[in-house]
Amino acid sequence: MNPLLFGYLAAAIIVFSALAVTRKNPVHAILFMIVMFFHLAVMYLGLDAEFLAAIQIIVYAGAILVLFLFVVMVLNIKEEMSGERFSSGWPLGISLAAGIFLLAIIMTGNVFPLGQQGIYTPALIASETHTKALGSLMYTQYIFPFELASLILLVAVIGAIVLAKKRLR
Amino acid sequence: MVTVNWFIWLSLTLFMIGVFGFLTRRSIIMMFLSIEVMLNAVNLSLVSFSYFLNDLRGHILVFFIVAVAAAEAAIGLAILIALFRNRQTAQVDQITEMKG
Amino acid sequence: MPEIFRTQLMVVLPETLLAVFAMAVVLLDLVIRKKSVLAGISIAGAAAVFYSLFYTQGFAFNHMFVADGYGIFFKFIFLVSLVLAVLLSNKYLSVEGVNHGEYYGLMLFATVGMMVMASASDLITVYLGLELMSLSVYVLAGFIRHSARSSEAALKYFMLGAFASAFLLLGISLTYGLTGTTSIGGVASYLQLHGLAKNPVLILATILYVVAFGFKIAAVPFHMWAPDVYEGAPTPITAFMSVGPKAAGFAVIGRVLLVALGSMSFEWSTLLIVLSILSMAAGNILAIAQTNIKRMLAYSSIAHAGYALLGVIAFSPEGLASMMNYLLIYAFMNIGAFTVVTILRTEGMKAEELSDYEGLSKTHPLLAALMLIFMFSLTGIPPTAGFIGKFYLFTAAIKAGYTWLTVVAVLMSAISAYFYLRVVMYMYMKEPAKQLEMAKSYGARFALLLTGLAVLVIGILPAGLIDMARAAIIDFGS
Repeated sequence: MNPLLFGYLAAAIIVFSALAVTRKNPVHAILFMIVMFFHLAVMYLGLDAEFLAAIQIIVYAGAILVLFLFVVMVLNIKEEMSGERFSSGWPLGISLAAGIFLLAIIMTGNVFPLGQQGIYTPALIASETHTKALGSLMYTQYIFPFELASLILLVAVIGAIVLAKKRLR
Repeated sequence: MVTVNWFIWLSLTLFMIGVFGFLTRRSIIMMFLSIEVMLNAVNLSLVSFSYFLNDLRGHILVFFIVAVAAAEAAIGLAILIALFRNRQTAQVDQITEMKG
Repeated sequence: MPEIFRTQLMVVLPETLLAVFAMAVVLLDLVIRKKSVLAGISIAGAAAVFYSLFYTQGFAFNHMFVADGYGIFFKFIFLVSLVLAVLLSNKYLSVEGVNHGEYYGLMLFATVGMMVMASASDLITVYLGLELMSLSVYVLAGFIRHSARSSEAALKYFMLGAFASAFLLLGISLTYGLTGTTSIGGVASYLQLHGLAKNPVLILATILYVVAFGFKIAAVPFHMWAPDVYEGAPTPITAFMSVGPKAAGFAVIGRVLLVALGSMSFEWSTLLIVLSILSMAAGNILAIAQTNIKRMLAYSSIAHAGYALLGVIAFSPEGLASMMNYLLIYAFMNIGAFTVVTILRTEGMKAEELSDYEGLSKTHPLLAALMLIFMFSLTGIPPTAGFIGKFYLFTAAIKAGYTWLTVVAVLMSAISAYFYLRVVMYMYMKEPAKQLEMAKSYGARFALLLTGLAVLVIGILPAGLIDMARAAIIDFGS
């Protein structure tokens, strides 16, 4: 990946995510998140993951964040905007987050010791296309986790209806 | 040359922003949004590991994480709506029925 | 029979069967008016799954899943807690006015998730099993839709659970980057081969795993959700999630820490020792101050997670077997205690305060006697099962050279006697203040009978169970 492109994307991702988690108005926060997701999707494109880039936009930005928006509209946004933005324990929160970050940075060090190399080189992915390569793995080697994911989505459907429906029979 | 470390540092920074948001915001929606930032940080690290390892396992896991995140969002927001119906608030420190 | 059935699908037969029963329950809910029938179907499903457990053996789906003795023993614990919790539920749900069929379906789905966790041999499967279990249990915790306390419990559990699973994912991601594989056996052999035991990245991943699993088993300092969630959730679900998800967390700890990160045993056992001491101390000491019995049992369950961690810390087959043995015993005694709480919940009476138990021995002598047995067992007084469980755990810890830790654990159990026996004191030495009714639920009475019998029988004849646990782990980690 081009260092300049990486630099721009990294800066944008950090700035927009920091904006997203600090906005007072949740609608603004969600919109910043969407911008951040688009930059992440471009990053994925640069890392030879076209399919995931599409998923990032279609599912993450298109479905999950739209769901967030709906719920923000249902809730009382005026009340949401009133009062303090951060909880009273924010100094502890900042120090914990910074501590975890420093620990993680020190632990990962300057040269990450990468594990054993696989067979899916960029050339192979380019010749086979990413979606096809991913699909043929997903439906053979990873069929069991795939079926589990379907159960998880089923539970989500049942659970959301049970909790949020106005009247249950 | 952008090495794998640059991606890990970016991912850890993003993760930290998410942890920060989760620990400091009062609004439940914003806490939940921070968790999504954390998940995206993990996704980024997985995709970059996959790229540098010439392997697709990380991509597969990212696919599952996105699916689970969708399920989680549906359930979490349903819980939030149920709570809102009972309590009319979405701020953490105003739900104090039980002493935590 | 085609090859694929024998080598692949038969291995996941119990999980498949239970998932089919779960979907059947959700569908039949549309046509069946009497919800107790659905509870019956769920129990029949659990029985069928239990029977099918004996037909499973070996790896399946490219080493994503393994059916070994270790996993099967844990699945037995999950099925026990499922059956007991379902027996409690029907009457309780009618009293609370939320008797919907989805409840049983979600319980079965949660159990499928736990079973997958116990049998996972790949980190991807661990993650998905964990999410299947957690998402179902979040919904169940908030199942009393009109109660703000129940919704609040669900929300707290959900937020901290989702936060913890992000940590788990970062741990998995780092492990993947370091080894290039996600298979548990593959990670173990790669670390062995390249001598990566002291690698800082691996230490970071270990810390992340301990944080994530610490949340799931409710060990201090990752316990803050437990008291509120246990108090607010429907009582049968509290019983279920104080046993099932906790045991599932321990099952995954066994797979990930003991097998995949076996070469890191010094690092994670140091972390777990801290967790274990803090859990025993905070759990037992904070329980003393509680007046609500569900909250008291929540703190007690934190302390019991601390005891069970001793078996993991020992890092020996003996320790593992005693941990599994303890979790099964804990399932019986803890659900037994929650059964007493559930059975006293009637239309007019909540019966969750300790003072409600005053003089219970005068009004309901049999119920009080059973509660006495459960409290003795939770304290660890012979001849109850709780004593046996602790005895094997402490022996294993001493054999592994952790005598001082065992001394701490014994001291902490002595503290726990104070609040467990206080319940007994209230029941036997005070005059009845309120007129308590027992709910007319045959299921709950049957559960009471089962748990009471199990606690006594295991307490008197302990050899069979521990031998079973020892036999179960012979092929563990191979």
